[in-house]
Amino acid sequence: MSQPTNDHGHQRHPALAHHFNDMEQQHESLKMGLWLFLVTEILLFGGLFGFYVFFRVWHPELFAGASRMLNVNLGALNTLVLIASSVTVALAIRCIQLDQPKKTFWYLIATVVFAGVFMVVKYFEYTHKFHAGIFPGENFNNLDFALGKVEGVVAPIQNPHVFFSIYFAMTGLHGLHVLGGMFFLTWVAWRTSKGAYSSEYFSPVELGGLYWHLVDLIWIYLFPLLYLI
Amino acid sequence: MNKLPEKHFINNSKGIKSWLLTMDHKRIAILYMIVVMSAFYLAGVFALIVRLELAKPGALFFKGAAIEEPANASGAPKGSEAAETAVAADETGAGPEPATAAAATDAAADVAVGAEKTASNNEYKPIDPGMSDAAKVSMAKSQVFYNKMFTLHGAIMVFLFIIPSVPAILGNFLLPLMIGAKDVAFPRLNLASWYVYMLGAAFTLFAILHGTVDTGWTFYTPYSTQTGGDDNTSVIMITMGVFILGFSSIFTGLNFAVTIHKMRAPGIGWFDMPLFIWGIYATALVQVLATPVIGITMVLLVLERWLGIGIFDPSLGGDPVLFQHFFWFYSHPAVYIMILPGFAIINELVTVHSRKHIFGYKAIGFSSVAIALLGFMVWGHHMFLSGQSEFSSMVFSFITFFIGIPSGIKIFNWVATLYKGSIAWTTPMLYAVSFLILFTIGGLTGIHLGALGVDVHLHDTYFVVAHFHYVMVGGTVIAFLGGLHHWWPKIFGRMYNEFWAKISCGLVFIGFNMTFFTQFYLGSQGMPRRYHDYSGMMKTNLFESLHGFSSLGALVLGLGLFITAIYLIHAAFKGEPAGENPWGGLSLEWATTSPPPTENFLVDPVYSHGPYDYDRVLPEEMSAENAGLKREKDRRL
Repeated sequence: MSQPTNDHGHQRHPALAHHFNDMEQQHESLKMGLWLFLVTEILLFGGLFGFYVFFRVWHPELFAGASRMLNVNLGALNTLVLIASSVTVALAIRCIQLDQPKKTFWYLIATVVFAGVFMVVKYFEYTHKFHAGIFPGENFNNLDFALGKVEGVVAPIQNPHVFFSIYFAMTGLHGLHVLGGMFFLTWVAWRTSKGAYSSEYFSPVELGGLYWHLVDLIWIYLFPLLYLI
Repeated sequence: MNKLPEKHFINNSKGIKSWLLTMDHKRIAILYMIVVMSAFYLAGVFALIVRLELAKPGALFFKGAAIEEPANASGAPKGSEAAETAVAADETGAGPEPATAAAATDAAADVAVGAEKTASNNEYKPIDPGMSDAAKVSMAKSQVFYNKMFTLHGAIMVFLFIIPSVPAILGNFLLPLMIGAKDVAFPRLNLASWYVYMLGAAFTLFAILHGTVDTGWTFYTPYSTQTGGDDNTSVIMITMGVFILGFSSIFTGLNFAVTIHKMRAPGIGWFDMPLFIWGIYATALVQVLATPVIGITMVLLVLERWLGIGIFDPSLGGDPVLFQHFFWFYSHPAVYIMILPGFAIINELVTVHSRKHIFGYKAIGFSSVAIALLGFMVWGHHMFLSGQSEFSSMVFSFITFFIGIPSGIKIFNWVATLYKGSIAWTTPMLYAVSFLILFTIGGLTGIHLGALGVDVHLHDTYFVVAHFHYVMVGGTVIAFLGGLHHWWPKIFGRMYNEFWAKISCGLVFIGFNMTFFTQFYLGSQGMPRRYHDYSGMMKTNLFESLHGFSSLGALVLGLGLFITAIYLIHAAFKGEPAGENPWGGLSLEWATTSPPPTENFLVDPVYSHGPYDYDRVLPEEMSAENAGLKREKDRRL
């Protein structure tokens, strides 16, 4: 029943899938689907936040001490970068709603660049940790805690690797999400440059933006939990 | 004489590619049906192996163990003497003490004659230093083999069969039809979920072929992180498989939830939908909310096994019980992913085949959602004996009892629906009645296990096994079979042989009860689960007769399911054309041709009457030409 017109006799938009009645139904469905997807993402990270809470309650001294090994400045830089990328992606959505695909394209590119900066900083953080022998779990090979060389830590800490297991799991999973977002937003930017989107049909731009806000939001929680407190 | 429509979704396009790249929810349902049912029968074979091993005390497979064993503790009798002594010991029920048996091991190690009988004597045969090396090896082999068999049975049944069974097969096929939509909201995601399922299944299959796992389907640490499996690869592969299958489940749930919210045909409100949809909706919510947690838990389990991140390993500062919390936080809601669709099917079966309006529509609809939400707050009842605090146990026990209320509401409403209905004893109705009986038994025995004191006695016994199977097989699988029989003529447009269907339904019911009712008694008498051998236990004689009966029942059950497969497959290709509405149902899926056309309806459906309005609509008035009622004036919109 893929008739070219809908009930009111208007031309069907080429981006309207055959099983939807109109663009609004399609857009609303996509948006609800994405929100549900974001719920699953929150629950996925929620599991890790759960682990964080349990271990922190059991070993507060471990978290207080081990978190001093993280570089707060780099973490803060990454926070700023991600917030900036959230602003640009929001602007991209606004521009496409106003039928300005060129601006949308550049805002999306800016978002991807910010995301790239985030990943580069993360790369330096990780390699620095690996050089210092800080690996997750049983490969942990850093004696600073045992030797009392960490600033502000008085008593030796038992099992410092547990903190870094959680650190690597959380930031690693988050990093994967940043990478996924970069690919998706690049694709959306490419489609935008081809003129696929307009104020009538901009669902992928908005969905990408919503997803990106979530990635940003998770980092907003990770930064203080891991680096600051 | 009924005829099949000329064009329908099955013959609309031809070629393997048109199936593998299809976006049609009905074809995807059939793709799912093929692989999910294969998984069901494969896991059924593993179950039969488990039951075969338990039919008699002693190791059945890898009999080398028995050959090297002493025939009897009283010295070294030879030949028929040994057999007689063994039988005598059986009859008195007084097996020799394990210590004596161990002492006599060396003396009797060379007795090879009468080995057949040895399998049924009453000696406990642990791997002890007194055994010959060959006996130790074959005993260990038998144990590992048994562990692998029940692990595979559990893991495949749970993750590859029962979770996707009803939603992915019947839900996929019926959901858009019942709400008058042309397809689910995201057809491409729907197809993707099937490929993700196949990928997860491939990981699982690889793990099986690579050496399999013996961790149990729950993957408890430290089995899954250290001891279980022949090597790291198998365990990592199967847990990754579960992780991937979770995505498939999430995709399906997400898709269905959006479809129900946004794709209903004009005029269909929330309370105008068939209750099947309510059940699928509640299931979708649980799939979306619970599955990500098992996902992250499986990822951490893989990291633990692979890199030793120490989250679950006490020697590295981790906590193994934490795994149980996270596992059951998903897996308890997951049993509602399994049973809620079963409830959903029963709503349709009891109404259509008794020609009655459902009793208490809203109560049933909301009780599904209530079960879905309460299901998130009871996971601790799997851990009453895992070192959880007494207070937590009390709270979990209380909420567990609480969840009996919405389940009870459903059962009473279905019985009230049947009351004074004009019941047709069709195969679907026979399954519905079987469900009511079996699920009630399963539900009531859940109360025993939810009670803290009783659970201490019953946990990890066959009572748990029996309870679980009464709910999952007696509940979900029976409902699923009923649903398959109910909608088979809609899916393929052809009717199966009702005679054989009733025979096999009877065999399934009898075989199932023989297998599992026995196990309630076994468990209450102290038979622990997950043991490959029960010789030398205090009640070995009792256990032997009960296990033997149970294994016999498993064969009957297997025979019943085998017959089902044969006549259903035959019907799909060669059955008599069934017509649009063989049962006289009033929901929208009956207002189209059988099989339906690719676009589901001949015209756009409009809501004209409720799905259970048997008091004011005659089934003959259902019409595919109008996608609803023949009487135009009765249309509400």
